Amino acid sequence: MTDSTVAILMQVVFNGLAVGSVYALVALGFVLIYKATSVFNFAQGELMMLGAYFCYTLITFAGLDYLTSFLLTLVLCFLMGTVIEMLVLRPLVGKPTFSVIMVTIGLAVMLQGMTSLIWGDDVHNFPSFFSSRVFSIQNVHLRAIEIWIFASTIALVLAFLLFFKYSKIGVAMRGTANDQDTAMLMGISVRRIFSLSWAVASIIAAVGGISYANLLFVSPDMGHIGLRAFPAAVLGGLDSVPGAIVGGIIIGICETLAGAYLDRMLGGGIKEITSFVILIAILMIKPYGLFGKQEIVRV
Amino acid sequence: MLNGNYKVSYRDDIKLFQTGFVKFWLSLFFVVCLVFPLVADRYFIYLANLSMIAILGAIGLNILVGYTGLISIGHAAFLAIGAYSSTILITKLSVPFILAVPLGGIVAAGAGLVVAIPSLRLKGLYIAITTFAFGFIVQHGIVRWESMTGGPDGLTVPPVDLLGIALDSDRRYFYFLLVIVIGMTAFARNLFRTRIGRALIAVRDHDIAAEVMGIELAKYKIISFCISSFYAGVAGALFAAYLKFITFEHFTLGLSIDYLAMIVVGGFGSILGSILGAIFITMLPEVIQMGTDLVRADFPLLVTRFAALKTVISGLIIVLFLLFEPDGMYGRWQKIKAYWGNWPFTY
Repeated sequence: MTDSTVAILMQVVFNGLAVGSVYALVALGFVLIYKATSVFNFAQGELMMLGAYFCYTLITFAGLDYLTSFLLTLVLCFLMGTVIEMLVLRPLVGKPTFSVIMVTIGLAVMLQGMTSLIWGDDVHNFPSFFSSRVFSIQNVHLRAIEIWIFASTIALVLAFLLFFKYSKIGVAMRGTANDQDTAMLMGISVRRIFSLSWAVASIIAAVGGISYANLLFVSPDMGHIGLRAFPAAVLGGLDSVPGAIVGGIIIGICETLAGAYLDRMLGGGIKEITSFVILIAILMIKPYGLFGKQEIVRV
Repeated sequence: MLNGNYKVSYRDDIKLFQTGFVKFWLSLFFVVCLVFPLVADRYFIYLANLSMIAILGAIGLNILVGYTGLISIGHAAFLAIGAYSSTILITKLSVPFILAVPLGGIVAAGAGLVVAIPSLRLKGLYIAITTFAFGFIVQHGIVRWESMTGGPDGLTVPPVDLLGIALDSDRRYFYFLLVIVIGMTAFARNLFRTRIGRALIAVRDHDIAAEVMGIELAKYKIISFCISSFYAGVAGALFAAYLKFITFEHFTLGLSIDYLAMIVVGGFGSILGSILGAIFITMLPEVIQMGTDLVRADFPLLVTRFAALKTVISGLIIVLFLLFEPDGMYGRWQKIKAYWGNWPFTY
C-alpha cells in the first residue's frame, strides 16, 4: 500500500466516523425510548428534523444568537417530546406491538407532512455554528464540524452511561424497562418515566438534527436519516446505550467504505443499501445485536 | 330486537353467508357493481379501479399482519416485484397478459419466501425491521438494475389484451378487475375457514401455544408470507398494466405505509375491513383535493403545498384510528350492528 491509498482510507474512515456519530445520536434516541418504554420509535428521525428546523427558525427568523437558539431548541424539544408521549403514546400502553409501531409510523408521517406544510419543501442551508476551518494531518482532512460532532456524541453517550448507572432517574428508567409493575411497587412513577424518556430522546434527536444540519442542510427529507440509523440501533442492540454508539460508528464507516470502494467496483448504489444488508444479516445471525439483552419469554 | 340466530353445529358457525339477509345485500351489491361502470363518470371508474387494485394488496397485507401477526413495513416491495416481473415477462418474453399477472404474483411469492426465512427466528418488531430493510433493498435494486427495470426512467407497459379482447378502456378494465377481486376475496374469506387459516390465526394469538398444539410455526409463517406476497404481486401486476407506466417512485416506503394505513383504518384481521380501508385510503387524496379546491381562494398556500397537507392528514388518520377506534371501520360497523340488533336494550 502506498502512502496515498492509506491516506484515502484514513480519510474515508474519518468521514465515516462523522456520519456514524450522527447515526449514533439517532440510535441513542431509539435506545433511550426502547429501554424505558419498550416502544421502537419510528418517528425518531422526524423528531431530529424538527429539532433542526426549530433551531434554524430561531436563528434566521427570530434572529437569536447560536447559543440561545440552541438552548431554546432543547427546551422546545423537551416540551414536544412530553406532549407527544402524553397525547399519542400513553393511551396505547399495553396495546399490541402492531398498534404501537403503527402509531409511531403515523406520527412520523404526520410530523414530516407538517414540516413541509409549515416550512415548504425547499432545502435550506443551515447557518453554520462552527468555523469552516479544516484540520489536516498528513493528507487527511477533517472539518471542524466533523470533529465537534464526534466529540459531542462521545460526550453525550458517556453522560448517558453515567446517567443510567448512577442517577436516581436513570436507575428508575432501567427499573421501569425491566418490569413496570415492580417499578410501580417501588414507588417509581412509571408515567413520569415514560414522558421523561420521550422528552430526553427528543433532546438527543435535536442535538443529532442540529449536527446533521451543520454537516449538510435542512430539508423535509431529513427524517430519512432516522431510517438509515435503524441498522445502527439494531446492530448495537436495541436496549444498549454503548451499543448505540458502537453500532452507529460501525454502520457509518461501513457505509462510507462501501461508497468509496464497492461503489466503484459494483457500479454505484451500494452505499445506500450496505447498512440494510448488514441489518438483515445481523437479524439472521444475532437478532439482539452486539450488546442487546436477549428477551426471555415465559409462557 | 334481532334474534333467531341459533347455531347447532360448527359448520353453521363458519358459514360464509350467515343469513339470507347477507346474501340478499351481497347480490344487490354485485348488481350495483355490474351497473356502476355503465352509468358512472370515467373519473369515478378510474378511482374504482385503483380501489380494487388496493383491495387486493390490502387483503394480502391483512393476511400477513392482521391474521398471522407478522408485521410488514415493506409491502411495497412485493407490489414492485409483481409489477416489474409481469411487465418484463410481457415485454421481453411476450408472455400473454393473462399469464403474466399470476406469474408476477408467483415471483412475488418467491420473494416472500426469501423474506420469510430470516423472519422465522424473529418476532414482532424485529420482523417489521427486516421487511423494512427488504423494502429499501428492493427499491434500490430497481433503480440500479437498469438493463431489466429501466432504472430511474421506469418501464412502459404495452397495451394489454385478455384473450384477444383489448383492455383499453377503464370500463373494460373495471370488469376484468371485478372478476379478479371477487375471486381473490372469496379465496381469502374461505382461507380462514380451513385448517391453514385457523393455524395462521393461532400463530398470531400465541405462537408458543400454537406450536404446542401441533402447528409447525415455520411452515405456516412461510405460507402466510407467500400468500400475502402473491396477493401483493398480483396487485402490482394489475397496477402496472393499468397505469401503463411504472417507476421505482410508485413503490416507496410511502406506499407500504399507505397499505398499513388501509388495514388500520379498515380493521385488523378482517377481509371486509381490508376492503373498506382500501377504498377509504384510495379516496382520501381525492376528498382532500375537493376540500382544498373549495378554499382555494382563501388559502392559496394549501393548494401549492397539497402534497404536504395530504401527508399530514393521512398520518393523522392513522394516529386517530389507533387511538379512538383500534378495530377500524369494521369494528365500528360491528358495534353499530350490535347496537341496533339489541335496540332498545343497551347490552
